[in-house]
Amino acid sequence: MSTPQAMPLAEALAVIHQYRADAVVITTMGAAREWQTLEPHSKDLVYMPSSMGQGPPLGLGIAIAQPDQRVIVVNGDGCTLMNLGCLVTLAAQAPKNFTLVVVDNGVYEVTGGQATIGHPTKRADGQPLNLADLARAAGFIEVYEFDDAESFRFEHETLHEPGPVCIVLKTTHQTEDISARSPGPPTERIQALRAALQS
Amino acid sequence: MFAPEEFISTLTELGITHVVWIPDTTLGQWDEALRTAPEIELVQVCREGEAWALAAGLYLGGAKPIVVIQCTGLFESGDSLRNIVHDYRLPIYALIGYRSFLNAASLPGDTCLKFTEPVLDAWALDTVFLKDESMKPQFAEHYRKCTEQQIPGICLMAEGAA
Repeated sequence: MSTPQAMPLAEALAVIHQYRADAVVITTMGAAREWQTLEPHSKDLVYMPSSMGQGPPLGLGIAIAQPDQRVIVVNGDGCTLMNLGCLVTLAAQAPKNFTLVVVDNGVYEVTGGQATIGHPTKRADGQPLNLADLARAAGFIEVYEFDDAESFRFEHETLHEPGPVCIVLKTTHQTEDISARSPGPPTERIQALRAALQS
Repeated sequence: MFAPEEFISTLTELGITHVVWIPDTTLGQWDEALRTAPEIELVQVCREGEAWALAAGLYLGGAKPIVVIQCTGLFESGDSLRNIVHDYRLPIYALIGYRSFLNAASLPGDTCLKFTEPVLDAWALDTVFLKDESMKPQFAEHYRKCTEQQIPGICLMAEGAA
């Protein structure tokens, strides 16, 4: 059996970073860790510490309150599995300014790479859980899947299509320097984001 | 406790823009009034943990949300609540229905009566408890106090049968 193709997380995030424009970008877990290596933006929220699975509803609230503000939430597959209901909530609210990016590596990377329950080794059919199909079943119309960074870069406009958009990125997982980390006190960072959204 | 029109007018007077909720038997009696209220947007979620985070996002975006859930949802949503009101110290206000407090006949032995108040104490939130109709004005008073002080708050509202 051949190994499925996947892109390094850093390359996936580089595409989002380059083409975010003025979007709010909320990152979680491994994506939050790697996002801190990129140039910061006043509308970033490195959502650490987090409540796992709550990044999408946090972003949805911003998107509802500010319908002209694009919101991109970069969620892990483990985070998504912790709150699958949010896919239904997002599809029901259907904000045109919302993009959910799911970085799917099949493992809980920041805790050491344990397989999620969606990993082929944990599933009766031996197949990886198809998060894009879950998003479609929840009611997302705009769903995209990429397994290499160049294809994602070529189709970067998907980030800003009328939403709600779901983009599933197949990524490899890191094995070194994997711990979750925060860039600083959460209260100061959340107030900075609030100020940026009010300006 | 609150008639639908009474609840809507109270929320409107308080300037609340969004109700983030999951209805139960008591709260659900406000459903139609909330859905048709001209100045309030009703945002329903699948599970209560979402409600705290979604309300936080609304607040960051400049709205004035309130979370409306049953006490069982409070139990479920503890980690999200912890994150939003303690890690990030966002002043989110919630009205929480206290199942079985006024009438446990349909759910004899309902442990909501055992755990609701201790759990709220554990979360260290500024709370007002509406035990009967005469206490209803305390909801708006408490909301205004929490808003002025920019702190999270809870209005615990006694409910009858499940």
